[in-house]
Amino acid sequence: MKTPGLNNSAFADPALCQGLLHALEQKLDAPLRFMEVCGTHTVAIFRSGLRSLLPKGIEHLSGPGCPVCVTHDREIAACITLAGRDGVRIATFGDLMRVPGPEGKSLKQAKAQGAAIDIVYSPLDALQLAQQHKDEQIVFLGVGFETTAPTVAATIQMAQRKGLPNFSVLSFHKLVPPALEALLADERPTEEGGIDAFLLPGHVSTILGLEPYRFMVERYARPGVIGGFDPADILQSLLLMLEMRKKSVPAIVNQYSRAVSDTGNAHARAILFDVFAPSDALWRGIGLIPASGLVMKDSYAEYDAWKRFSLTLPDVPEVKGCTCGDILKGRRSPGQCPLFGKACTPANPVGPCMVSTEGSCAAYFKYAIGNL
Amino acid sequence: MDEPRVLLDYGSGGKAAQRLITDLFARCFANPILAAMDDAALLQGLSGQLAMSTDGYTVDPLEFPGGTIGTLAVHGTVNDVAMLGARPLYLSCAFILEEGLPMALLERIVESMGEAARSAGVHIVTGDTKVVPKGAADKMFIVTTGLGEVLSSPTPSGSRALPGDAILLSGSIGDHGLTVLSRREGLPLAADARSDSAALHHMVAALVREVGSIHTLRDPTRGGLATTLNEIAAQSGVLCNIQESAIPVRPGIMAGCAVLGLDPLYLANEGKLICVLPKNLADEALAVMRSFPEGQEAVRIGSIQAPGQYGKAGQVVLHTALGGKRLLGMLEGEQLPRIC
Repeated sequence: MKTPGLNNSAFADPALCQGLLHALEQKLDAPLRFMEVCGTHTVAIFRSGLRSLLPKGIEHLSGPGCPVCVTHDREIAACITLAGRDGVRIATFGDLMRVPGPEGKSLKQAKAQGAAIDIVYSPLDALQLAQQHKDEQIVFLGVGFETTAPTVAATIQMAQRKGLPNFSVLSFHKLVPPALEALLADERPTEEGGIDAFLLPGHVSTILGLEPYRFMVERYARPGVIGGFDPADILQSLLLMLEMRKKSVPAIVNQYSRAVSDTGNAHARAILFDVFAPSDALWRGIGLIPASGLVMKDSYAEYDAWKRFSLTLPDVPEVKGCTCGDILKGRRSPGQCPLFGKACTPANPVGPCMVSTEGSCAAYFKYAIGNL
Repeated sequence: MDEPRVLLDYGSGGKAAQRLITDLFARCFANPILAAMDDAALLQGLSGQLAMSTDGYTVDPLEFPGGTIGTLAVHGTVNDVAMLGARPLYLSCAFILEEGLPMALLERIVESMGEAARSAGVHIVTGDTKVVPKGAADKMFIVTTGLGEVLSSPTPSGSRALPGDAILLSGSIGDHGLTVLSRREGLPLAADARSDSAALHHMVAALVREVGSIHTLRDPTRGGLATTLNEIAAQSGVLCNIQESAIPVRPGIMAGCAVLGLDPLYLANEGKLICVLPKNLADEALAVMRSFPEGQEAVRIGSIQAPGQYGKAGQVVLHTALGGKRLLGMLEGEQLPRIC
């Protein structure tokens, strides 16, 4: 049998996608500015080459959709402080390793200087580390949105059931709807160049369902489409946005019904909110957003690394010249930032958008040809 | 060997070290040049231009489906020599062993290494063994150096790709990288994945002799296909145009990469080569490559273009299956599995 080529998913079928692109061109009656708020969407749009094919008049903006990117440098500073303590072993997802803290110092560098840091693929791996290294304190770095947080919560429940004394979680999870709310509260009206519609995150929505996004329609009259990650999903989502605009009935629509149920995953949410409660959180490039983070409830306080190690967020100097805040809000494109590709590159990222491979600036830097 | 584990004595130069050499290395690598057991190997009858390459092998795990650190240490260096259009003849090897390494494991690896050298037709003619205290190295490292005779001149080079040339790839990508990663991390992914570790010099010799005019040969090892194409584009001052849908990737590798957020274009290969040559010779070269087991899935994946309105010198442009275009750049460092 012939070995198939790269990216041959049925939802990336060239003929299907060409048809959808043609329909988009036909139906596009006025410029459409859409924002995605998921790093996987950012990368999917670039990697598939879709961005180079979108009809003129469709403008793609990348919002604050990568949980690693929006981890604040004060949070990274806390991680590095903790990693330096005797008897502590950090367990983390891989892509947090490269995120710069104050003075550009990352966990990768801390590891090279002797800190005990293990890359894990699941919080359950961290639990296993705790059982293997009984003489060490294992701290899992809890980063991620609603997609990841329930698994972390379930791990904390399991640690409590097992009575593991040397396991804890340093939570800086973030929540997507409060960030959207902060974005919209600060947003210009559509007719003045504001965002027309949102491509909502497929993975996060498997947990949330449609309900948490309704405020976007009710308070801000902005439509949103929960979309999948293959090119045909994204194109169909754009078509749905155009149709809603034409009928003047903004709504929250679920394009990704093969993965997302309209009501989300109630069981996962129950676990999530058994362990965590919303709290104010710092977002890199944006600042403080009310009720946009997750803090451990008192009933699980013994597994809260912030408390166990009496950690606070260190004060760090402000990064000068970084315009990530504007980029995350869709007011500036990466190419319009004076630091882009000069002082700020994937090798030496300054702001959140360049930090992770799923950040919008990193995607522009990596994939865009010329002025695309 | 009677000892169940490698002791510091085995690197001491004393009797224990001698036993290790005669009972294991000399037995597995058997050839007349090594058998002389002098301080250096005496090589006779070499003539013309010679190609030489050295590489260190530190792979973890030491054994994986499709190979071992020993077969890699043979194939990797043989292939590097072959990429100059040369016929590899001799290898040297240095072992750095961690005290306490299970002897049975060492024996298996040295045997696999001897077998790889025999079937590649190269002799391991000189070597060295050091044993370091437990914790001073991770189980076992191997360094090999290869020497070979250049078959024709000018030799293929990363700087000789010319606008109009065709870019050929000898088979599927990502197999070695994902196999080793999933075994190292104990991930239940791509259960049927195997490293593609293989010696490519017989296929190279046929290409050089039967097709000729090979401008560039490169094996896309660490950094994968994307990185090697970028190196060729930069060295030759040209633009590489690559057709995404032409690049073969096994379904299990594609699925494993999707789960981990890895891109097979950046995963290591240990038995593949990129061949750049004038496009009128492409079909003939593909036929030659496909006549070897290690090249039976050879395909044309793109072409070389002069820099201009479509891209700058040193860039690789990927034409996606969808009909779009994007840059295929180099990574900053190693690929890190992502969070969601």
